[in-house]
Amino acid sequence: MDTDLIIRVFPYFIEAGWVTIQLSVLSMLLGLVCGALGAAARLSRSVVLRFIGAAYVSLIRGTPALIQVFILYFGGPQIGIQLEAFEAGVLALGFNIGAYMTETMRGAIISVDRGQTEAARTLGLSRFETFRAVTLPQALRLMIRPLGVNINALIKGTALVAAISVVELTYTAQRYIGSTYKPFEMFFLAGAIYMAIIYVTGTAVSWLDRRVALK
Amino acid sequence: MTGNPIINIRHAAKSYGSLEVLKDISLQVTKGQIVAIIGPSGSGKSTLLRAINDLDPLTSGEVWLEDEQVNKPLPPRQYETHINKVRQNIGMVFQHFNLFPHLTVRENITLAPKMLKGITGAQAEELAVEQLTKVGMLDRIDYYPSQLSGGQKQRVAIARALAMKPKVMLFDEATSALDPELVEEVNLVMKQLAEEHMTMIIVTHEMGFAQDVCDRVLFMDQGVVVEEGPPDVIFKNPANERTRNFLRKHLRGRN
Repeated sequence: MDTDLIIRVFPYFIEAGWVTIQLSVLSMLLGLVCGALGAAARLSRSVVLRFIGAAYVSLIRGTPALIQVFILYFGGPQIGIQLEAFEAGVLALGFNIGAYMTETMRGAIISVDRGQTEAARTLGLSRFETFRAVTLPQALRLMIRPLGVNINALIKGTALVAAISVVELTYTAQRYIGSTYKPFEMFFLAGAIYMAIIYVTGTAVSWLDRRVALK
Repeated sequence: MTGNPIINIRHAAKSYGSLEVLKDISLQVTKGQIVAIIGPSGSGKSTLLRAINDLDPLTSGEVWLEDEQVNKPLPPRQYETHINKVRQNIGMVFQHFNLFPHLTVRENITLAPKMLKGITGAQAEELAVEQLTKVGMLDRIDYYPSQLSGGQKQRVAIARALAMKPKVMLFDEATSALDPELVEEVNLVMKQLAEEHMTMIIVTHEMGFAQDVCDRVLFMDQGVVVEEGPPDVIFKNPANERTRNFLRKHLRGRN
């Protein structure tokens, strides 16, 4: 293994890693918003909203994320949506992970024991008051770990936007292979940085989960 | 004791498809009365109890709390407002306690009064102390439910219901999920409520408790009230064959 080469290109990979982190954080935030809205829609009393929520989830989960990225970036201009590669990447990844987060959040909410709702309702709390004070605080605790799994998948999924030339880790590795002909070193380095990001995120999720765990 | 019923159930019926779980049941409970509902599982006793605060809505029939109809036919939005108001007057205690696990004992007691009655910090504290003293749980005020035994949980659940100052208390097999040695502490709290003339409707499998504490006993089977009367009559000299059979099974080994 050519360690000198690795040391030489390392700063550029760190820069690319920073782009990967930005992609991950922004699409995670968008995903959380989409997930919350999606879960609310799927659990709504309105048939129309439930349908929209279900359609969103099955559309996104039924097609490859790469196709979703391509549709937004390459297909967008055809219908008047002109986006930078980075923007298209964030939007596509965010909408994508949002569908998975929809199911995570919905699952957490419906797994709160029915007796909790009954107890709150018999005290006289409204549906909304019950959700805010009883169901949601318990569901939030239940969803941290599974959301961590979604975020893990999202971070690794950011590699897809290399295909639309966003200069993130995977794209950077490919570019340096073109000039160095050392695929093993370049992919090894990119992989190591992904792993570092995943490790830190996973630790943070575990910490948060323990911190808010029910006593 | 006044003659006006505090709870008045008129021709209550409920069915799931072709399965009738309640068949034309009428029941009046006057202020301060303590009524036990006994019967085999699947007899409809819990369903009847849960119809009183409309947790399990009836298919037909009426439930009245004093001069207000609980299951008043209203458009959904108005009904929500109405039922939330009515339920504040009807306390309920569940078999599985259903304490809020993310809140301390204090917060379990004060959550609903704070949200619904707009009481402030000091008043809320006073209320929590008062209710927990009553059930002998004041020393656990800062604990979380998971740190309590089953009997302690149920006593807190009773205090939580009492904190809303209800006009009537419903008990849905409050001691069925408890280890035998923990049943007594919950029974004692219920007996104490009885002495304070709280109106109570108690679904129970504890024949001894029903006999000691209640003014009236209803025996239900297959969705109907088969027999009702004072505990002495129901337990010692039941008129109906089904009641006798049920009690024979339940009282075997006692006395």
